[in-house]
Amino acid sequence: MPTAVETGAEVLLPTSEDEAVAAFGDGAGVTVLAGGTIVVPEMTYGYLKPQRVLMLAQAGLDGIARDGSRTTIGAMTSVADLTDLPSPLGLCAANVADLEIRAQATVGGNLCAPQGRDAPRGDLQSAFLALDAQVRSVGAGGERTDPVETFLADRAGRLILDVSFEEPAAGAFARLDRPHTHDYSALTVCAARTADGTVRVAVAGVEGPAVRLPSAEAKADDPAAAGAAAVSDATFADDALASAWYRERTLPVLVRRVLTQLQEAA
Amino acid sequence: MKLTVNGVEHEIESAPLTPLLYVLREELGITSPKVGCQQGGCGSCTILVSGEPRRACLLAVAAVDGSEITTLEGLGTAEALSPIQTAFHQHYAAQCGFCTSGMVMAAHAYLENGGGTGRESIQEALAGHVCRCTGYVKILDAVSAAAGGEVASNQRWLPQPGEEAPVEVPGAPA
Repeated sequence: MPTAVETGAEVLLPTSEDEAVAAFGDGAGVTVLAGGTIVVPEMTYGYLKPQRVLMLAQAGLDGIARDGSRTTIGAMTSVADLTDLPSPLGLCAANVADLEIRAQATVGGNLCAPQGRDAPRGDLQSAFLALDAQVRSVGAGGERTDPVETFLADRAGRLILDVSFEEPAAGAFARLDRPHTHDYSALTVCAARTADGTVRVAVAGVEGPAVRLPSAEAKADDPAAAGAAAVSDATFADDALASAWYRERTLPVLVRRVLTQLQEAA
Repeated sequence: MKLTVNGVEHEIESAPLTPLLYVLREELGITSPKVGCQQGGCGSCTILVSGEPRRACLLAVAAVDGSEITTLEGLGTAEALSPIQTAFHQHYAAQCGFCTSGMVMAAHAYLENGGGTGRESIQEALAGHVCRCTGYVKILDAVSAAAGGEVASNQRWLPQPGEEAPVEVPGAPA
């Protein structure tokens, strides 16, 4: 039996949202355990030796609510539960890992996922960026609702409650996958167009969390030019799945594809 | 904490963050879930939680406190295999056997959820399962045959009683 999991860490098991918020407090010294697909192996391998673990398994915080054109997704909603939503989020979710992992992994975990050691994490971040989603979280200073872009840049010490967005007029998804024992996406590109014609494009699988591609957005009417421009907006990760060199050369193709899909959806 | 494994209720002593995989193997002596990659990538530890396939290596035991767990030991008996076990036997779908229990559990859930004979949907259901002997074709054949009802559900495969002592399987229902 691995010794890493027998740390005697204090385990907090809230049974409601209110209890979870109270137990999280200002987040200091708390490791949040949602689906466990990241945190549990990190403990098994001894990379993570938590002192206090906030286990959300019984806290609720899950479910998808629709109010007119607005969709709100609880932090503990599984990735599998998103797969029927419109593009880009539904398609992006359907391409995360495999059936068992999608059923266990959560939206909150995906948005909080730190960069992986050997492979990218947080594919859904690109979809939420393209959708201009709002993240509601608690932590020091109380409850806050931020654009996902702001949240990703400053997410330490936050506990996500839910994420919400307006249904886009059109969405598109493309990824660089690789036949591999772990079905990871080396790069995930999502795009969405709002009813007023604003186009947002974002990429996951880069260095750090997912990022918007403003240079590509500015040339959204010309997919090839937008693809070429996108390269300047990202720093490319170099890991076991793909080199930074390869990612840099693939991003223009994926950006061109999603923007072409958006044009065809017009 | 309590777990009901293959219909038998157990009081669990392991620390709450212990992965279910080690609780099953080390505390309860149920060894069909295999210790493969221990990071959710190989599928060899797959068990059913309330009938749905999950990675035992990724579940802290406290997260499934009170759940119904099914392992390979709970599917069939040596005398009466489940349809998917019979199909694996008939189609030579096991080589070294290390991935087999995980494959069988995922395939069993696929059949229970009404999965059909189509290659693509079976591949989707087994996408997270790695066979390093690369015996995938026979595995897909077996699942497809079971989905199509082309296997007997009670095929006898052990020697007749009296010919050989029965095999005791740890964790099998009493």
